[in-house]
Amino acid sequence: MSYDGVPGLVETKVAHGETTLVVDPARLIEAALHLRDEHGFGFLSDVSAADYLGWGEQQVAGYLGTTAGRDINQPGTNGLARRPAAKPKRFSLSYHLLALRPGAPRVRLQTWIDDGEPVESVVKVWPTADWHEREVWDLMGVNIVNHPNRVRILLEDDWEGHPLRKDYPVGGEPVRFSGEE
Amino acid sequence: MATVERRTKPIYEGTRIPSPVPTILAVPERLRANDDIQQINFGPNHPSTHGVLRLVVDLDGELVVGLRAVIGYLHTGFEKTMEQKTWWKCITYPERIDYLAFQSNELVFVLAIEKLLAMEIPEKATWMRMCLLELNRIHSHLVWLGTACLELGAISMFWYTFRERDQILDLFEMVCGTRMHTRYFQAGGLAEDIPEGFYEEAWKLVAQMPKGVDQYEDMIDQNRIWLERTKGLGLLSAEDAIALGQSGPALRASGVDWDLRRDQPYLFYDRVYFDVCVRENGDVWDRYKVHMDEMRQSTRIVAQCLEQLQKLDDGAPWIADDRKVVLPPREELHTSMESLIHHFKIVTEGYRVPEGEVYVTIESARGEMGCYVVSDGGAKPWRVKFRAPSFVALQATATCMNDALIADMIAIAGSLDTVMGEVDR
Repeated sequence: MSYDGVPGLVETKVAHGETTLVVDPARLIEAALHLRDEHGFGFLSDVSAADYLGWGEQQVAGYLGTTAGRDINQPGTNGLARRPAAKPKRFSLSYHLLALRPGAPRVRLQTWIDDGEPVESVVKVWPTADWHEREVWDLMGVNIVNHPNRVRILLEDDWEGHPLRKDYPVGGEPVRFSGEE
Repeated sequence: MATVERRTKPIYEGTRIPSPVPTILAVPERLRANDDIQQINFGPNHPSTHGVLRLVVDLDGELVVGLRAVIGYLHTGFEKTMEQKTWWKCITYPERIDYLAFQSNELVFVLAIEKLLAMEIPEKATWMRMCLLELNRIHSHLVWLGTACLELGAISMFWYTFRERDQILDLFEMVCGTRMHTRYFQAGGLAEDIPEGFYEEAWKLVAQMPKGVDQYEDMIDQNRIWLERTKGLGLLSAEDAIALGQSGPALRASGVDWDLRRDQPYLFYDRVYFDVCVRENGDVWDRYKVHMDEMRQSTRIVAQCLEQLQKLDDGAPWIADDRKVVLPPREELHTSMESLIHHFKIVTEGYRVPEGEVYVTIESARGEMGCYVVSDGGAKPWRVKFRAPSFVALQATATCMNDALIADMIAIAGSLDTVMGEVDR
């Protein structure tokens, strides 16, 4: 099926048998409605955000090989050190969609945003997005706007920071009632 | 066996999902005007909340007129922790998210790694994975049945379901040495070969299980209290269920014929025979019935997996022969320098997974279990996100409990089959 008609489509990627539709964040709702109504993606499976701060700053040793396996006597099959390809903006927000029909087609609707850049809520399109978007706000700090109830969900209301961000310290949070606050 | 009358009409017209917030049932204006609304906290430490769930309930007499679910009490930051560990060390974490259907969570993460690595898995490992997954589904449903009845006052069921549950846990112990959180699936296959004597014990369970399910149904299907506390309660229509992202038994009990095992086959689910259990009324009774039917179907699948496993040679490989990912066989470490190096590198540095992002979904005992993984090509995952079916199931509380009695809330919350560990992660 062709997704060329999706409003605000920036790029279509196919990898690992999965289709990713990258759209302009300003036209996210249009794209979501189009996919729901024209393509039948009535089931929102998941909303995931990822923080790419620091992505590509460190080299990683890439992985080479084929599905048939690698020759252990061949030197350097672990690949040469290289940097992963740069990302357009800091955060990616992915909506994993499913159509409940034979073949179970899935598509990833993805949009890229900077810190604080507003993203329209899709609760009106898929009501199940309610808690998913609250979680995205709570743990990743993506600025979801026009959500009917944008409050923290997993952490307390007075929590500072968004723990899944890459610049959030690991192991540095104060422990309550420990006398070290 | 009691028969359920089939409906032809939709269970209710329109939608019952509250607006504007789909997960919060707000007290109607006319009721707010009189001073008779009582707000109570149901939980977080209530014995029937399956963990630590807090429901803020507004009551008009005994009637629920307002409801808000508060979660997060078990949040432990699994996803953040997993970013700090190498891929192979991460495998222990997903299991602990859902402590009833641990193997399906483990599998979904392992499948994501394997998808990024484009690995091929030996046949024996795939059949064994399916066998254990279905045993795990039965295990999860048994605990659900036992506790759901326990909460409604039928204590005896708990002892009966735990009899079979124990048999299943014995099988897990036999295979991997632990009864829960087995960490038996590895990227590439299984952690160990299938032990001797497993098939015999598993066949005993396959023979026992249908009798057990009949026995459970005999105990409560004609029970007047059970019928009155489950039939027609906690209604969820097919449209509402899909809009709220429900999956698994709750979706199928609402009349949606959808099961990822059949509709999006993974492992060898397209090579076995089983029926997808669907009911149409979308109430607590139907969810109970779907769970019962699924236990029978899972037993069928286990039997077919065992048959296939026993057809294979004794020496069939149970893990892929890929030395960049899989630990070399133990005995080789004494004779081969290369094996020793590989062992050392995998244990200290971990294996590397190619750059990319994947989203893998399977049908866990509770519904669509998803895992979104991003890799930068290094030895640690860049980002791991789980789509927990229980997390989504709890979003339906406001719809299901609309106009319910306070006493029925327990039955309804129980029927959604949530595990709080998975909700809060």
